[in-house]
Order: sequence, then C-alpha cells, then structure tokens
Amino acid sequence: MTGYVTIDESLCKGCALCVTVCPKGLLQLARRFTSKGYQLVELIDPASACTGCAMCATLCPEAALRVYRTVKAA
Amino acid sequence: MKELLRGNVAFAEAAVRAGCEAYFGYPITPQNEALEHLARRMPELGRVFVQAESEVAAINMVYGAACAGVRAMTSSSSPGMSLMMEGLSYLAGSDLPAVVVDIMRGGPGLGNIAPAQSDYQQMVKGGGHGDYKLLVLAPATVQELIDHTVLAFDLAERYRCVAVVLADGSLGQMMEPAELPPLQPLRPRPSWALTGAKSRPPNVITSIHLDPEEEERFNHHLQAKYAEIKAHEVRLVEDRLDDARLAVVAFGTAGRLAQTAIKAARAEGLAVGLFRPLTLYPFPEAQLRRLAERVEAVLVVEMNTGQMLEDVERIVAGRAPVSFFGRTGGVMPMPEEILSVIRRCPQLCQEVAR
Amino acid sequence: MMIAPIEAGMTLVYQRPDTLTPVPTHYCPGCTHGIAHRLVAEVIDELGVREQTIGVAPVGCSVFAYRYFNCDFAQAAHGRAPAMATGLKRVNPDQLVFTYQGDGDLASIGMAEIIHAAARGENLTVIFVNNAIYGMTGGQMAPTTLAGQRTTSSPSGRDLTTQGYPLKISELLSQIDGAAYVVRRSLHDVVNIKRAKKAIRIAFEVQQRGLGLSLVELLSSCPTNWRMTPEAALAWIKDEMVPVYPLGDFKLPKEA
Repeated sequence: MTGYVTIDESLCKGCALCVTVCPKGLLQLARRFTSKGYQLVELIDPASACTGCAMCATLCPEAALRVYRTVKAA
Repeated sequence: MKELLRGNVAFAEAAVRAGCEAYFGYPITPQNEALEHLARRMPELGRVFVQAESEVAAINMVYGAACAGVRAMTSSSSPGMSLMMEGLSYLAGSDLPAVVVDIMRGGPGLGNIAPAQSDYQQMVKGGGHGDYKLLVLAPATVQELIDHTVLAFDLAERYRCVAVVLADGSLGQMMEPAELPPLQPLRPRPSWALTGAKSRPPNVITSIHLDPEEEERFNHHLQAKYAEIKAHEVRLVEDRLDDARLAVVAFGTAGRLAQTAIKAARAEGLAVGLFRPLTLYPFPEAQLRRLAERVEAVLVVEMNTGQMLEDVERIVAGRAPVSFFGRTGGVMPMPEEILSVIRRCPQLCQEVAR
Repeated sequence: MMIAPIEAGMTLVYQRPDTLTPVPTHYCPGCTHGIAHRLVAEVIDELGVREQTIGVAPVGCSVFAYRYFNCDFAQAAHGRAPAMATGLKRVNPDQLVFTYQGDGDLASIGMAEIIHAAARGENLTVIFVNNAIYGMTGGQMAPTTLAGQRTTSSPSGRDLTTQGYPLKISELLSQIDGAAYVVRRSLHDVVNIKRAKKAIRIAFEVQQRGLGLSLVELLSSCPTNWRMTPEAALAWIKDEMVPVYPLGDFKLPKEA
C-alpha cells in the first residue's frame, strides 16, 4: 500500500464528491450515518490500490479527509 | 487661549485633540469644512483620513476602525445621517464605541442647507432598526461643540456605545471665540479589538444572535448599559428657573435663541427661565419632572414641528400645561418671536394683567 | 469505527489546515464554500500569517465564516465588507485583511463598496464566491445569474429584457487602476481547485507587497438552490458558467 485516507466522522456530510473524484473508485458511501444524519463515506481498498494522490482531499468541502502516503527516502 | 473658530472646524480639530485616530466622511453641506479640515490635519499627524464614496460607506469604515479599537469618527448632515442608520444599528449591536456628528439641516428629503433640529427623534430614539439608543449631546455654542466632541469620545469609549454630537447648520457655520483642548496621545488598543490574534485566542465581533433567547439576553445587556448611562451621564443647563413661573425647554441653537428672549422677558418683569438639556439621551427626566411640579407652564421651543415636545409632554405628564413654538425647514425662531410667545403665555398674562 | 490505524512507515501528507476551527460547518453537503474556506485557510497556514490576519464576513451563507476561521474576524452588513475592511486595514496596516463575499453581496448591494475600495487601491484581498444565485435566502436571482436560469425570483428563467444581463465582475474591476490583481478561477474539479489555491496565495502576497486590491473570483456551486446533486452542480459550473464567465487573469500587478 502506498496510500491511505481517513474520514473524520464529525465533519463528513456524505456529499460524495470524493467518491466521484477518486481515480481508482476506492471511496464509497457507507451503510452508516453520522450523528447528524449524513451518510458516511468509507475507504474500501482490499488490493491496496490507493496511491495517496489526495484528489479526494482536494475536493472535500469539509476538510474531513486525512491523506497518508509512503514517501520514499531521499 | 481663545481663537476665532468656525463650528465645523472647531469640532473637527477637537476630535483631533481628543485622539481621534480615524475619520471617514463624505461631502454634505453644511458640514464640509470638517471634512476639509481633517483631510489636511489627519495626514499631518500620520492618522487616517478617507473620503468615502457615500455616507453608507463612511459609517461602515467607522465600523471597521471601531472593531480595531481605535477612536473613530464620522460627520454628516440630515440626509447623510439617514444613510448611516444601518451602520449605527450595527455599531450598537456590536457593542462598539464611535463618535458621529450630525449638523442638522432642513428636511425631509433633500430639504435645504439651512439649520434645523428635525433629526431629534431620529437620533434620540436610535434611528436605525432594533432596540438600541445613541448617547446624544446637544451643544449650543462653538465652545460647547468642542467640549461635547471631546466628551463624546470619552463616553463612547467608557460605555462602548455610539455618541452623537447633535448640532445644526448655524452652529456648524458660525464663527466664535473658543478654546481648543491640548493634543491628547492616542489610546492603546483594548483587549477585545481586532488587531491580529497574536498570542491570544481570536476575537470575533458580530451582531448576530440567531437564538432568540440569546438575542434577548444581548438586548438586556444593552439595556443595562443604557441604565448605567442614564444614571451617570445626564447633563443640563438650568438658567433663571429658581423663581420661574414659565419654563422654556429648548436644546442647542433654539436654546440659545430662547435664552436671549428670556433675558428680555426678565427685563420686562416676566418670571421665565430656561431648561436646556445638554444630553438629549439620557434626557434629564427627573429634573424636568421636578421642575414641572414647581412652574405653572412649560413652553417647548424647537427648530422642528415638535419632536422633543413629545418627550416633554410624556415627562411632564400633566403636572403643568405644555405649549409649543417652533419654526422649521431651516427657518430659525428669532428671539423677538419667542419673546412675543412668552408674553402671550396665559399663566404669565394673568400676572402682567395685574 | 472512527479512524483506522495507519500502516507503519506512511507519512501524513494532507490534513485539515490549522486556520480552520474544528467546528463542522452549516453549509449544505457538497457546497463549494467549504472548498473555498479550506483553500484560504491552507494559504494562511502556508504563509504563516494566521496571527496577523483579520477576516470580514458578509451577509450570505458565509455570514458565519467567523466560526470556521481561527483568526480575528468581523461580521459586516450586506455589501459593506470592503468599506469595513478599509477601516480595519487603514488603522492596522501591518495586518492582512481579507473579505469573503458572495455574488448577492458583492455584485448587488455591495457594488459601490467594492468598486471604490478598488478605486482607492486599498490593500485588501477579496475572495469573491460566485454561484450565480442568492443562496442563504432561498435561491433568488442574483446579478450573476445566467440568462434563462430559473431561480425563485426568475421562475421562468432570467429574461434579459426585463431582468437584465449577468454582471462580469472580474472584467469590470480589472478596469480600475487601483485594482492590482483580478483573476477568475473555478472550483469545479481538482485541476481548477489547485489553480484557485495558487491564485489565492498570490492575492495575499499582493497585499503583503502593498500593491493594491487583489480579488479572486471563484466560480462556485449551490447544489441546493440549483436543484442538483453536488456532482451535477460542479459539472454545471464547467458547462454553463465558464462559457459566460471565462477563467483567466484580468489584471496582474505591474511590478515584476
């Protein structure tokens, strides 16, 4: 795996812009709702395909995503 | 040391002396000399002067500077004051200090550029939307105009309110000997001001309270502030009232004209005196109530169609008959006219007829 | 489960900027206000100027912007933010003062204030969020509403003969000598969002250099009042708004 994202449940509004923009289709609307009634987004990445490109975080209006990436040593 | 000063220049320079750090104005007759004086003086002292694009913009620039915790001022005349009402409501709703000088002229609408007192209700009752009051001072001489401008800054800062100096075109234009105070240093910024959140949590200044109960609490806070102001800041001049049977109630220039008439009336043996509020808000209600119990009649003289009259009638509450004499539209009531009204006062006529 | 554990050896490459408070916003899901707020906050973080920045929030959906930015903030009357910001900046010349205004605010009731702030060359930064509608009040026609666009006050679609033509703010303001940096960007996809962020950064740097008014117009969406999904709304920006409001640089600082 070279990339990973987490979604802050207190901020996510389930707008699904990250879902549409992920180039690998790794984000999906979950079957869970936040305490405010928004449908959560989750990362489903069984094949470790996430590259940490951060396009999801670039689109997120709530700044709810944290992006991790394996950064090669210099 | 006294110097011959034009009213508009006097209040503008008084503001400078009082440590006004920012002035935002717009040309409108009859107060333009103030704008012009400050256009020269503020840059001389490295302070802020902006001629705004409108009175709407000017009062909002004051609002911004007030948020930054500086002594800020604007001045205008009646039609311009109408444009400022929104800004005044926001200033009041944000607990901010500011000084506003209104050099009143004939109206309504564009009216004319001659002196009037027809903004009394607009200023004394708040003017803009919402439950708030402005602190209103009413000078009658160029010296008082200077003193009230300085006082306005102090009171605005002390209570975090808008203080208005309510004058008229004749006071703005006349030239009289008066003394300016010495130049005061600029004030440090208060801790609530917007100055950049360096080493402290951010400050937010807003007048929004979406929750009605929170808005009500804020309004109670404003009312408590006004109660403090009422308890401590009433100012008035009482002249020849000790043995008066007729009390003339008048403010500003009308008060000054009435005083001349009263001097002449006294010379004719008429027992008349002058009750001249210096603060229109807070109005000297207790003092007027006590006076109304003593005198036989009250005559309100104003340069409008009867605005302070309504407050006087309310306060006097039937303790003595209240009558009114006014000229408006820019016409000034001359002392001879006021004197002839005084002479015709029924309560005084009984004595004279004897 | 809240947050999954990270694999050993990964670096955190993106997280919420410090200049955003941890408060969840009231904006609709998918509203680009969130993106614009985030970009401004990221720029403030990167420039290291959080403690010397003062924002002015207008009337509009973003009236509560002061809840979401971790810096000094004032709330302005409708349209008046550039005047208020003028007062704030003139007495705080070392602070960075920015306004954040929608089209109903800046391009309608606030036209005089923005034009004259530009004319005076005030050293302010204006973030202009253009979503062609009045969002907060329920979707009425705005000066930037497109011809034929249906809103609650143009229910048959904006009729140019009776309801006028969309106002092109960036073009208009670029004519003013005191305006130093006037650009239009868009928030409809990743590439454009990145370009928008660069423009916002330059705008703040223009203020730091005291060159005059900087304004970044951001084509934005209003999914709720456009009656679209967030995704469809972004596509509408690209397909319908960009042809009317071309992206580009309308005024650049003269200084090299």
